[in-house]
Amino acid sequence: MITHNTLVVVLGCAALGVAAGAVGCFALLRGRALLADAMGHAALPGVVAAALLGAWWDTDPRALPPLLIGGAVAGALGLWAVQALSATGRIRQDAAIAVVLASFYALGVVGLSVVQAMPAGAQAGLSHFILGQAATMRAEDAWAAGLLAAFCLASTVALFPRLRALCFDAEFAALQGLNIRRTDAALMGLILLVCIAGLPAVGLVLVVALLVLPAATARMLNQRLPGMFMASAALGGLSGVLGALLSAGHAGWPTGAAVVLVGTAFFVASLLLRRA
Amino acid sequence: MTAFLQLDFAPLLAAILAGATCGLLGSFLVLRRESLLGDAITHAVLPGIVLGFFVTGARSGLPVLLGAALAALLAAAAITHLRRVARLEGGAATGIVFTGFFAAGLVLLDVTGARSVDLDVDCVLFGQMETLLWPQAEGLASLFDATALASLPRAVFMLAGVGLAVAASVAALWRPLKLLCFDAAYAQSIGLPVRLLDIALNLMLAAAAVAAFEAVGSILVVALLVAPAAAMRLITNRYNSQLLGGAGLGAGVAALGYALAGPLPAALGSAHAVNAAGAIGVLAGLVVGAAALAGRWRRA
Repeated sequence: MITHNTLVVVLGCAALGVAAGAVGCFALLRGRALLADAMGHAALPGVVAAALLGAWWDTDPRALPPLLIGGAVAGALGLWAVQALSATGRIRQDAAIAVVLASFYALGVVGLSVVQAMPAGAQAGLSHFILGQAATMRAEDAWAAGLLAAFCLASTVALFPRLRALCFDAEFAALQGLNIRRTDAALMGLILLVCIAGLPAVGLVLVVALLVLPAATARMLNQRLPGMFMASAALGGLSGVLGALLSAGHAGWPTGAAVVLVGTAFFVASLLLRRA
Repeated sequence: MTAFLQLDFAPLLAAILAGATCGLLGSFLVLRRESLLGDAITHAVLPGIVLGFFVTGARSGLPVLLGAALAALLAAAAITHLRRVARLEGGAATGIVFTGFFAAGLVLLDVTGARSVDLDVDCVLFGQMETLLWPQAEGLASLFDATALASLPRAVFMLAGVGLAVAASVAALWRPLKLLCFDAAYAQSIGLPVRLLDIALNLMLAAAAVAAFEAVGSILVVALLVAPAAAMRLITNRYNSQLLGGAGLGAGVAALGYALAGPLPAALGSAHAVNAAGAIGVLAGLVVGAAALAGRWRRA
């Protein structure tokens, strides 16, 4: 028997999965997968700072939007830091990603220890941003996730020709008059949006998997982009549903871990299918 | 003095050992352009640690080390395999493998019941430096007293053992590793066992990740691995200063970060203390930023 709460969580996770699958398809093809990892980790200090500010002004500590806005600002800062470090030309982007994600996360950990020492115990849920706790999702959060999914689907479909050109042959697309910088920025914006929206449910450690796993699975099963795109969004939604159900049944399993394990199972199955 | 030895000596020693070991190995990651492997291995060892812990009931010790080494090798093999079979770029393959391993570790933590005992999620995420105490210490004399030293936390011994083994291996393989870093194809063509060196490096990484895991948690190991090495890379072109500087910088950042997090403010009369692993990670990031600015200024 599925209770109302479980239904809310399942639908919310499904919407998140669809959004991540649709955006992840292009994130994977453009080779931006691990920037999502950096953004997810980098969001933590922003979330904590927003909670601290909220405690200062005595706002409702359970309201998600301020926390997520803080996370988005910090995530964008992290992205800027990665690009600034790689622009030195002496360390490559992978090292820059590792440095940024670890040190921003560390700043978040320092902030968490400050918050926990404060008398107002309202910030108890903050550490859920690390591993995700979809069980705390409320109906309005699920609606927000649904809106996000609709927005991500609409923008990826609207930008489909441009994103396709960008992913397959950026130089040729530039010659054809595509504004590469702007299209890339739009894609990064969508990735940031999905990463931040996924934080409360899936957590910052595993949010990257939400983007990459459905896309990689869909790529194994499809030769053409439209098929891959639809399969990726569908698989993302399905992983969200099954993962949320699994985690609802096992109290100790973080939702993020359950969603990722379901996604991994699909991916391994697709590998075996291809082989067979 | 006794209070310092009892409360701060063991975690400080652990932080320095972890910083030096990771800082030394990190140079290979940065020079070989495999920093993401550090990220992957530090996350991927979790299921190995949990299973090792399940078998022995202790966070340190040989079974945990073996489990982690196995998990790390599996993860490294899986990444290579995925890049070839699924034709995924390195970043995506890494992302898939480490999140899968980490998620499996989290679920194992729950299934094996390890979570409720001594190894919990907080330890994975933030480290447990604060639990490294040395209650038997009584004044400076304890530093030279074998029985008192033997009562230091096990994690410190594990870090010291892993650190020594890594330092000895790197010293023994100094020239082959140098060749591997700068021209792997040439190294192979003159008959160096490139694959074996690769596996040796991965094993050392896994050992360092596990040993440091207990001190700073699994995510901040990445900071210790990559940040000192990246900072050195920004300011030096010499292999020797890269390696030794990375180790020294790692140890320095760890010591200073630990001091800034609690002991130093306390000595100045402040009651505020923050998470020590976090302070170390932040400092490591700042050092890279400073090195980037210093490198630009020097070249300008």
